[in-house]
Amino acid sequence: MTDLVNNFAIKIATVNGTGSASANSLLMKSIFRAGIPVMGKNYFPSNIQGLPTWYEIRVTKDSYVARSGKIDVMVAMNAETYARDVREVTSGGYLIYDSTWPRPALLARDDITVLGVPLAKLCNENFNGVRTRILMKNICYAGVLAALLDLDIGKIRELLAETYAKKPALVDSNMKAIELGYNYTRENFKCPLPVHVAPLPGGGKTKGHVLIDGNTAAGLGCVFAGATVGAWYPITPSTSLMDAFKSFSDKLRVDPETGKKNFAFIQAEDELAAIGMVLGASWNGARAFTATSGPGVSLMNEFLGLAYYAEVPAVLFDIQRVGPSTGMPTRTQQCDILEGAYASHGDTKHVCLFPRDPEECFYFARDAFDLAERLQTPIMVMSDLDIGMNDWMCPDLKWDDSYVPDRGKILDKEAIEKLEKFHRYLDVDGDGIPYRTLPGVHPKGAYFTRGSGHTQYGAYTEDSAEYQIVLDRLTRKFHTAKRFVPKPVIEQDAHIDIGLVAYGSSDGAVREALDILAAHGVKTNYMRLRAFPFGEEVEKFLEQQKLVFVIEQNRDGQMRSLLTLETRVEKAKLRSLLHYSGLPISSEFIVKGVLAEIEPKARKTEVKGVA
Amino acid sequence: MTFLPKPKVRHPSLPKNALGLTRRDYEGGLSTLCAGCGHDSITAAIIEASWGLDVEPQNMVKLSGIGCSSKTTAYFVSGGHGFNSVHGRMPSIAMGANAANRNLMYIGVSGDGDTLSIGLGQFCHAIRRNLNMAYIIENNGVYGLTKGQFSASADVGTKAKKGEVNQQPPIDPVLLALTLGATFVARSFSGDKQQLVPLIQAALRHKGFALIDVLSPCVTFNDHEGSTKSYQYTREHYDAAVHADFVPFQREISAQYAEGDALPVVLHDGSRILLRKIDSNYDPTDRARATAAIGEKLKKGEFLTGLLYVDTTGKEFHDVNETPAIPLNQIPHNRLSPGSAALAKVLARYR
Repeated sequence: MTDLVNNFAIKIATVNGTGSASANSLLMKSIFRAGIPVMGKNYFPSNIQGLPTWYEIRVTKDSYVARSGKIDVMVAMNAETYARDVREVTSGGYLIYDSTWPRPALLARDDITVLGVPLAKLCNENFNGVRTRILMKNICYAGVLAALLDLDIGKIRELLAETYAKKPALVDSNMKAIELGYNYTRENFKCPLPVHVAPLPGGGKTKGHVLIDGNTAAGLGCVFAGATVGAWYPITPSTSLMDAFKSFSDKLRVDPETGKKNFAFIQAEDELAAIGMVLGASWNGARAFTATSGPGVSLMNEFLGLAYYAEVPAVLFDIQRVGPSTGMPTRTQQCDILEGAYASHGDTKHVCLFPRDPEECFYFARDAFDLAERLQTPIMVMSDLDIGMNDWMCPDLKWDDSYVPDRGKILDKEAIEKLEKFHRYLDVDGDGIPYRTLPGVHPKGAYFTRGSGHTQYGAYTEDSAEYQIVLDRLTRKFHTAKRFVPKPVIEQDAHIDIGLVAYGSSDGAVREALDILAAHGVKTNYMRLRAFPFGEEVEKFLEQQKLVFVIEQNRDGQMRSLLTLETRVEKAKLRSLLHYSGLPISSEFIVKGVLAEIEPKARKTEVKGVA
Repeated sequence: MTFLPKPKVRHPSLPKNALGLTRRDYEGGLSTLCAGCGHDSITAAIIEASWGLDVEPQNMVKLSGIGCSSKTTAYFVSGGHGFNSVHGRMPSIAMGANAANRNLMYIGVSGDGDTLSIGLGQFCHAIRRNLNMAYIIENNGVYGLTKGQFSASADVGTKAKKGEVNQQPPIDPVLLALTLGATFVARSFSGDKQQLVPLIQAALRHKGFALIDVLSPCVTFNDHEGSTKSYQYTREHYDAAVHADFVPFQREISAQYAEGDALPVVLHDGSRILLRKIDSNYDPTDRARATAAIGEKLKKGEFLTGLLYVDTTGKEFHDVNETPAIPLNQIPHNRLSPGSAALAKVLARYR
């Protein structure tokens, strides 16, 4: 095995609802605090208690943020999934299991090291009550891993003390369970394993970084961007975004003198109402948003068309999950790209942003409100479950105190007074963006918002020519949007003519894949899309490549379709690399896919990670 | 035609309200509804009510869904913003708009299809939130724009113009609203301006969700024998429980009514509704008895009208949400954004 110090992946298989989440978070954070970059992915069922769940932790000295596709240490705590968990361990790896009960011999593998720790027995002897014993068994494995991976037990106590600051008794009981596992392991096995953690001095590579999930970061972004109305209907995996907005607002947005809340938080009766509330509030001049997932966007379609055509700002976070229909609600995908871009009936198109991680969720939240008001149209922030619900290591989020919200073209009282007549949908500046007014400001600014045909002056019409004038101006506005949306991130070498195109949560895996491919002697350009509509940079990049791999996490290559529809690119040039199992994409998948296409002989070659 | 502006004819002798505005200033575009439509009478009543209440036109927000009724928001108070949204979803637009600015006056106009079929869910939840708005249902028991299908308020046995007989029981918005805990429930008839105008004024001033179900015969599809929502039927089966008169806070006129007959209900802003009792047993502050009385009449095919229930103590959305007095859309950004120092503190939890 190559050097696995600070460079390995652990997978923990448990049963959901048994307290493993706190053990996993403890492990993640203690590695993070040792200065070593770490990635955590939670694969959980759509269930409250009793079904299998996994947690994958990748310790990555090279700061990769995606799955590698390999598992070096497996903690198999769930008898139900034991057989598949054993199979998943990479050759040369380690398997830890609860040896209280006998392990089926037929599942033995001679290419891995199996370590049995009697976790249930240890906990049964030391704790009382069925529930406590089950919970402590899961904390206990954190102690086992602490010994095997050489984690600082003092740091773990510190973390527990922070977590249970208000319940000190829990610190002692949890610590007792950790020590049980830690001591047993140190007494019975050679510690640490060759696979282990070596703290990096001076804060290491995690200094100036946080471990945060995308929904928390997006919710925080909404608070800082000045959103005042949040309306939503609960749906996994978006709910935690609204929870974050509410809990940050409860702390940071309550007037210290009056105790009044400078925000409205509305749990709607369904997604149709949620987006309606957002439109009503935005139309009335508040920064309003909703968070949902694919099924919710489906329900919001009618209103999104109205918003596009009546030019009402709105911010919508789509935390994509596996579909169709309710699909696998707790698994990740990038499967609403076309739904987002073309939501609703009739001639509609929507501005979409594609954040790659929690850091971009935070900044794109701010940008989305600016864009929504600047462009007077819905902005879809296309996150996904992987970004939204997993903890990612990100540079510290920064806020510029000189930030002034871009409220777009809103006419105030004085401006309206000066007008002879206000025309809601007239293109005064030639950029396709009209001026708007808010209710309650001035009777001369009043207009009638409607989805039915209207003239550029804002009046009802069923006249074909008048209708078309408005529709064509909306097209101009969409072109204008290209200037304002985040530009693609392009890494290009003039001598290379193969390009990778990806977006959103695939970026981490692609970046690692680029390094691995380079180590194989395969060099490629890379463009990360960050928004729709596509600007000239996108056109140019596609034009300059001979072959383009469009990497995405859905079955049908939705972004590839969008690129062929919305750019001049020649369709045959675009190859899809599609990952749609519901697990986050891995670097290994991309490397294999690219090599299979450009080096047919490489199909059978084992792809090795970068040392 | 709504795209034709209504000519503004001002005669110097037209009476003016406290703002110096005439009734004409509360008009909107020309109606495109069928001649004789009950909805147009309701529009006239809204104009009269707004003028009489001295509403600043720009402070009135007019909301609607889809249907004949929903077009009418374009026909009154052209100085106020209007939002003709999508079918059955007006309450959510109203909720959002109201959340953004609690200081404006929100009036929603809907139909029986818009409210009781496609929009039933949003209607119910707006009531549950006690959203501060006046909500008028222009109820004719029929889908007009799609040419005469039964709506959910059509009575069993109602015959459509083509002869089809409705077999499904109606949803009565008044009984439904009472069940859901509505704080202001009224019913009236489009042809009874005397009753309707003060009801609309009271609804506009009521703090919370104020429902007025206005029976409004459809002259084209539902004004024929066999329909319980025709002009003739409604006039014959119309029973006013209470006569309501609205007295604005600013100019109280109480001499008109003998004290002994009147039950004043004081609204949150100090204005009062004087309820003149026709039936001495009727108590508009008793939800259970109101429900029973309305049900009794309905069984006989009669509509009890007037202010049927009122509760001025209910908490509206903003009371529950604890929003400040200043509208959310007017709070300056520096009071909304916590700033970089607060962010640094927040981030400490994520290390």
